[in-house]
Amino acid sequence: MSQVNRLATGGRIDRSQPLNFSFNGQSYQGFVGDTLAAALLANGVDIVGRSFKYSRPRGIVAAGSEEPNAVLQIGSTEAAQIPNVRATQQALYAGLVASSTNGWPSVNTDLMGILGKVGGKVMPPGFYYKTFMYPQNLWLTYEKYIRKAAGLGRAPKAADPDSYDYMNQHCDVLIVGGGAAGLAAALVAGRSGARVILADEQEEFGGSLLSTRETLDGKPASEWVTKVLAELASMPEVTLLPRATVHGYHDHNFLTIHQRLTDHLGEIAPMGMLRQRMHRVRAKCVVLATGAHERPLVYANNDVPGNMLADAVSTYVRRYGVAPGKQLVLSTNNDYAYRVVLDWLDAGLQVVAVADARSNPRGSWVEEARKRGVRILTGSAVVEAAGSKRVTAARICAIDVQNHKVTSPGEVLDCDLIVSSGGYSPVVHLASHLGGKPTWREDILAFVPGDGLQKRFCAGAVNGVFGLADALANGVEAGVSAAVEAGYKAVSASVPQVVVHLEEPTQALFQVPHDKPTARAPKQFVDLQNDVTAAGIELATREGFESVEHVKRYTALGFGTDQGKLGNINGLAIAARSLGISIAQMGTTMFRPNYTPVTFGAVAGRHCGELFEAKRYTAMQSWHLQNGAEFEDVGQWKRPWYFPKAGEDLHGAVARECLAVRNAVGILDASTLGKIDIQGPDAREFLNRVYSNAWTKLDVGKARYGLMCKEDGMVFDDGVTACLADNHFLMTTTTGGAARVMEWLEIYHQTEWPELKVYFTSVTDHWATMTLSGPNSRKLLAEVTDIDLDKDAFPFMTWKEGQVGGVPARVFRISFTGELSYEVNVQADYALGVWEKIIEAGKKHGLTPYGTETMHVLRAEKGFIIVGQDTDGSVTPDDLNMGWCVGRTKPFSWIGWRGMNREDCTREERKQLVGLKPIDPSKVLPEGAQLVRDPKQPIPMDMVGHVTSSYASAALKHSIAMALVKGGLKRIGERVFAPLVDGSVIEAEIVSSVFYDPKGDRQNV
Amino acid sequence: MLHIFCPHCGELRSEEEFHAKGQAHIPRPLDPAACTDAEWGDYLFFRDNPRGIHHELWVHAAGCRQYFNATRHTVTYEILETYKIGEKPSVTAAGGAAKQAIDQGVTA
Repeated sequence: MSQVNRLATGGRIDRSQPLNFSFNGQSYQGFVGDTLAAALLANGVDIVGRSFKYSRPRGIVAAGSEEPNAVLQIGSTEAAQIPNVRATQQALYAGLVASSTNGWPSVNTDLMGILGKVGGKVMPPGFYYKTFMYPQNLWLTYEKYIRKAAGLGRAPKAADPDSYDYMNQHCDVLIVGGGAAGLAAALVAGRSGARVILADEQEEFGGSLLSTRETLDGKPASEWVTKVLAELASMPEVTLLPRATVHGYHDHNFLTIHQRLTDHLGEIAPMGMLRQRMHRVRAKCVVLATGAHERPLVYANNDVPGNMLADAVSTYVRRYGVAPGKQLVLSTNNDYAYRVVLDWLDAGLQVVAVADARSNPRGSWVEEARKRGVRILTGSAVVEAAGSKRVTAARICAIDVQNHKVTSPGEVLDCDLIVSSGGYSPVVHLASHLGGKPTWREDILAFVPGDGLQKRFCAGAVNGVFGLADALANGVEAGVSAAVEAGYKAVSASVPQVVVHLEEPTQALFQVPHDKPTARAPKQFVDLQNDVTAAGIELATREGFESVEHVKRYTALGFGTDQGKLGNINGLAIAARSLGISIAQMGTTMFRPNYTPVTFGAVAGRHCGELFEAKRYTAMQSWHLQNGAEFEDVGQWKRPWYFPKAGEDLHGAVARECLAVRNAVGILDASTLGKIDIQGPDAREFLNRVYSNAWTKLDVGKARYGLMCKEDGMVFDDGVTACLADNHFLMTTTTGGAARVMEWLEIYHQTEWPELKVYFTSVTDHWATMTLSGPNSRKLLAEVTDIDLDKDAFPFMTWKEGQVGGVPARVFRISFTGELSYEVNVQADYALGVWEKIIEAGKKHGLTPYGTETMHVLRAEKGFIIVGQDTDGSVTPDDLNMGWCVGRTKPFSWIGWRGMNREDCTREERKQLVGLKPIDPSKVLPEGAQLVRDPKQPIPMDMVGHVTSSYASAALKHSIAMALVKGGLKRIGERVFAPLVDGSVIEAEIVSSVFYDPKGDRQNV
Repeated sequence: MLHIFCPHCGELRSEEEFHAKGQAHIPRPLDPAACTDAEWGDYLFFRDNPRGIHHELWVHAAGCRQYFNATRHTVTYEILETYKIGEKPSVTAAGGAAKQAIDQGVTA
């Protein structure tokens, strides 16, 4: 197919460089400089998709980020798929593959389309809520088909081959938008010496200046753009970001910019180049020069392909050399829209007629059109479009705007393009992201940005300044103010000369009246992307939705990727008229980031795959890898989970590791335990206040287990703390709790007890810890240390300093397995060597490395808790049967003591930690299983507790579990039942939580 | 993302270096045993949720690890001051400066 709609001359495209591309499987050709939308229009493609709800055929309406219909799927391979790309914002590149996101079997013959013809009465707002409500259990079935019918593009199933990045930046002045006002602001701010970032979402800077028929200093406006850009590029402190959408305006002048670096070059970035970058900018001052979107008029069948915005058609003609039709009808309420008529005539095409809602328009452009013989029907509007897959005619009637009435039967004029203009809507989105409410200005029929606390200025059309000369002057003013605000001297700049036009006011017209009432007239679309009609909005107000936020949610007005760019003001106006209030009273909905969709790639930047999160390894990581460890994540740490031998699964390996520790000796890498070095004359007093038990009498050389509670009396961490010297302690915390405990100690020291002389230093990474555990641990350790390991010289719960494996070490005789155990701590950079020496020496003692899973089983056999597994923030030390660890007579009211003495914490029947022994020793209770006393009772059952830890114990030859059971400590010997999801029930006996070696003889040898 | 002046470092830094720790100026009762359950519950669980000026405790977690207080406007998110533990805020809901900020905040 040739480019039937391409004009012979004109446009900023490079006709010497044709580009082949495909759309819905068909091959087409465009030129370098085209957007995908321009190229589709050049090739006469009318239908780009089917509408969201009614499946009506839809064509391209706009030329920029406000396009509601041409939202396409891009990509030739699975990995290159990008959903929801606006064809108006995608530069054409060689080999581009695009397709519609919905329509079945194709967009041209869509079976769902029948809905669009009969719809409205069939599918009013709330249709899904009202229709598919009952029976409730069929919703999942309905949903499958509804989703298929709706279609919103699809995410790729293969990994993205591109790289993304982000950059943190600071600047004096960030200017959003590179049109007339933005360029003028950038020029003066740049000349003042300020560090300036100018970001613009389009392929080229210039905005409307690239396509306007107006001149600057008597020359085409684009020449001024070229000159300004050259000067800006020469300024070292100015950064120009094209293809960069400022999509979020966040607190304290923090703005995020989504820059598409190579999206215009191909579907995959060229070798060595990034695809997109997110700029995170902190600006001293911001200039918003975001411009305005033209507002369409709302009339019957205004969604048929061939209905477009007036400005957009000018842009296609003048910037891309594309005429999206032959015979044009304009429906307008303002002067600006007449420019499209003049542009259309200049291109040698036919203007059928102009319908102007005003009774006697006499502005400069109006007169120029009149002089060139254009037929202008005043006091009139296009009331209805004819055609199904393309506009074939327009019906123009005289209208009475005040009474919202059609006053003549009108005449039907053959045409293939209806362009409409209902005035301009400033792009107030960014100005409103932080909650600033836009203000309605009746004089220009538009919302302009309201006051903001941020240091920002608005310039140009976003400010309601629509005339070119005024917009330039406004831009200069804002640029100077911003530079001064950022601490620079104001510089002057001359504004280029613009031919002044007589412009008359715009007539307030949003929805065009129809001979029939709105509900009976053909559909008049307000929001094309979400298929919201004028009748739908009226229905919403009739059904009692009066607040703008409710109307929005009931009808979906302004939802989705569109965010109300074209439809919002018209929707508000219709709701306001229906409710008999003014638009100012109606107000707008909230504007939220993002302004246009941002890819996940840009959000993630480099934080994907291996770099998704920081990983922490212990000093022995290389040994663990060489010895086949499987790893588990504990916070950011990678800990060996178990060390399988050939053919072993988790259970086999864990059973072997457990028996090795019980019968010979095992070694565990415990380096990840949090370690906090505490020093100062008041260190001991501080420990007394933060731990539940007493520390006053802990002698130098000894260690003690402690529980840490929150003020509410609930356990939140535990660990062993050793006394290194009278004013020096080493605290250990759980692996996951290390940072939390550190912050906890600091907050009490800094805010409550600053008078205590005590200092905390995190030493987790400085020391590596290897735990030797099992009856052979003493014999083994003796071979590699000079420390006297005699049971009287080095008793349980003490620590010694000495050499291990030839380097200085602290050895703690503490046990988390119930076996004779030594925790060897050495400086982390010696640790791998020491570990290897112990492994070598351990060969003849049956030394077996074990991981966290075995550690968990061994501690559960002993009834030792894991905070966060056996506790959940609602468990006191007494609930854990650890009252022995509570200092009930400590003089200072330590953290948790008052809390655990609240009435609720001391009542009977609290959940208490007990052991469970399944009656069938081969059955392992699922962790988290709920417990009941009578499994035959009707549902909902009376639940008396839940399983917290559960394992198969190789040493005991039966399964074991720990559970929190109501009044459990009084119910030792009773039975409970765990009814499971599959309908089976596991019966268990409540027992002591210490299953193995209850007297603790094994660790005291 | 907030821009927060750490009174210990003497610099404006990005919010991601800080942790918010809730309402400021909630001293631990000196004699917890003397508190009724209701009083203790009040200390533990009940916090203000004002529309306007709020004094908050923050920590420069990924910086100097020091705690400090900030006076923040809960509508505009403006941080009106930061000050060290033990110091008193100069901007308060009762003061004139605050009233002005609230007025601005409500219209913002």
